[in-house]
Amino acid sequence: MKTLLKIASYIGLVLTIIPPILFFKSYISLDSSHLYMTIGMLVWFGTAPFWINKKTDESSSES
Amino acid sequence: MKDQKLFKKIVSENNEYERTPVPDNQLKSGKSFLGMYAGEHTAGTEFVIGPLFVAHGVAASDLVLGLLIGNLLAVMSWGFLTGPIATSKRMTLYYQLERITGKSVVNLYNLINALMFCFLAGSMIAVSATAVGIPFNLAMPELTDWYPKTPGWILAVVIMGAIITLIAIRGYNQVAKFANVIAPWMILIFISAAFSALPQLGVHSLDGFIVAAKEVIWTGVPAAGFSKFTIWHVIFFCWFCNMAMHIGMSDLTILRYAKSWKYGFFSFAGMYIGHFVAWIASGILYAVFLQTNVNTNEFAPGPIAYQAAGIAGAVCVVVAGWTTANPTIYRAGLALQGIFPQTKTWKITAIVGGITSLAACFPALVMKLLDFVALYGLVLMPMGAVIFADFYLADKFGFQQEQALNNKKTFTWPALSAWLLTLAVCWLLNYFFGLELFFLGLPGWFVAVILFVLFSKIKFPTLKTKIA
Repeated sequence: MKTLLKIASYIGLVLTIIPPILFFKSYISLDSSHLYMTIGMLVWFGTAPFWINKKTDESSSES
Repeated sequence: MKDQKLFKKIVSENNEYERTPVPDNQLKSGKSFLGMYAGEHTAGTEFVIGPLFVAHGVAASDLVLGLLIGNLLAVMSWGFLTGPIATSKRMTLYYQLERITGKSVVNLYNLINALMFCFLAGSMIAVSATAVGIPFNLAMPELTDWYPKTPGWILAVVIMGAIITLIAIRGYNQVAKFANVIAPWMILIFISAAFSALPQLGVHSLDGFIVAAKEVIWTGVPAAGFSKFTIWHVIFFCWFCNMAMHIGMSDLTILRYAKSWKYGFFSFAGMYIGHFVAWIASGILYAVFLQTNVNTNEFAPGPIAYQAAGIAGAVCVVVAGWTTANPTIYRAGLALQGIFPQTKTWKITAIVGGITSLAACFPALVMKLLDFVALYGLVLMPMGAVIFADFYLADKFGFQQEQALNNKKTFTWPALSAWLLTLAVCWLLNYFFGLELFFLGLPGWFVAVILFVLFSKIKFPTLKTKIA
């Protein structure tokens, strides 16, 4: 489950950085870039909290 | 991320090892510091500082070279000044100062530190409010604004301030966890926003960027009412914007957990991501904003980021401002709690939040952020110089180390006098010789060291044992 969440989070980050580069190279419009970035943001915030801080909590309990 | 664990330790209510050195089994790896520095120095302030460089008419080559040199000097300050003392003593700044100057001087330091934190947090609340106000078509502050202009602005800031204060009252941990979540995304948003912005300047290649950087973005012409910044301004601002932390020794509290003194150099992650990439990116965003809003004097990070990165950009400004303001309010509360230990934490946090929200109503805090950050570092710097002199120069110049502790005093005057007189000398240099605020830290540091050594030799000379 954690692996799936991580993969989804990284897809969120990819959607944050790649569309602006595609817009920079004139492959997509600014509106499309903004839309993908918003989707990327939602995916990141919807998945990352479930594994980023889990990692911290686990390492906290180890010490 | 491990940096959250480290940071939580540092600002937690049960501040561990407050008055004892950090034991060896609690030391942290270099990776923790790398993550923490990268996250902490890519924050809400970056949305303001980059655009202010544009407003101050920095030329493109001056900016790039200035940032490279200034950041290097900052990293070296962390590495060569803060790191070795932190890992040798392994104590908090506050306790180290208390051992040198006594509790009463530390109380004064805490009070000033808390006030500075309030103003810094206030500027971040104002930054967040500029993004929150977008859907409500709120009239945004302008570059020359010092006072709030509209009731809507005051209302937005007060509501933001109240929410942030309530969250701070609930404790630090949840915000720290959320800050961990946004850090990687926020760094990418800065880069993404720059890529989104450049085509709006007609730039689609690296060559085009170099031309646009010189002719459109960092033109070398300051905005009306703004002084002209040279490469020296960039170098010194970059070096001294975190002066309180490195030369001022605030980061003793963090680096005391480092396994090696060399971990101070890991601050390069924060400097070259936050204070290089993010400042350049936010400068580009502001240039695009100016191009598409001709003759505007508006200066609001929210709309600037929204134009370049859409909803993601505006959300980034809100959460970046919030996650910077929140721990800052919390730290201010902790500093005040050191002075009023009997008062409940929530009451102190509420008072701090109130002061912060009030300060946030004044756009001057955002428009003059460069000056404020420079002043913040300058005011706290002399105590870092005192710690440096106590650590390195006591034996050489024949005065007692940790004077207050060794003489069982709660007040000693050499450090306090060196602090106040240094600030007086800096003021004189500024008033009579016109030396700008950004440059005062360098002569100020030498003045502080010399005065402290001199006063310490007078008041606490080393006790000599005669050999017959």
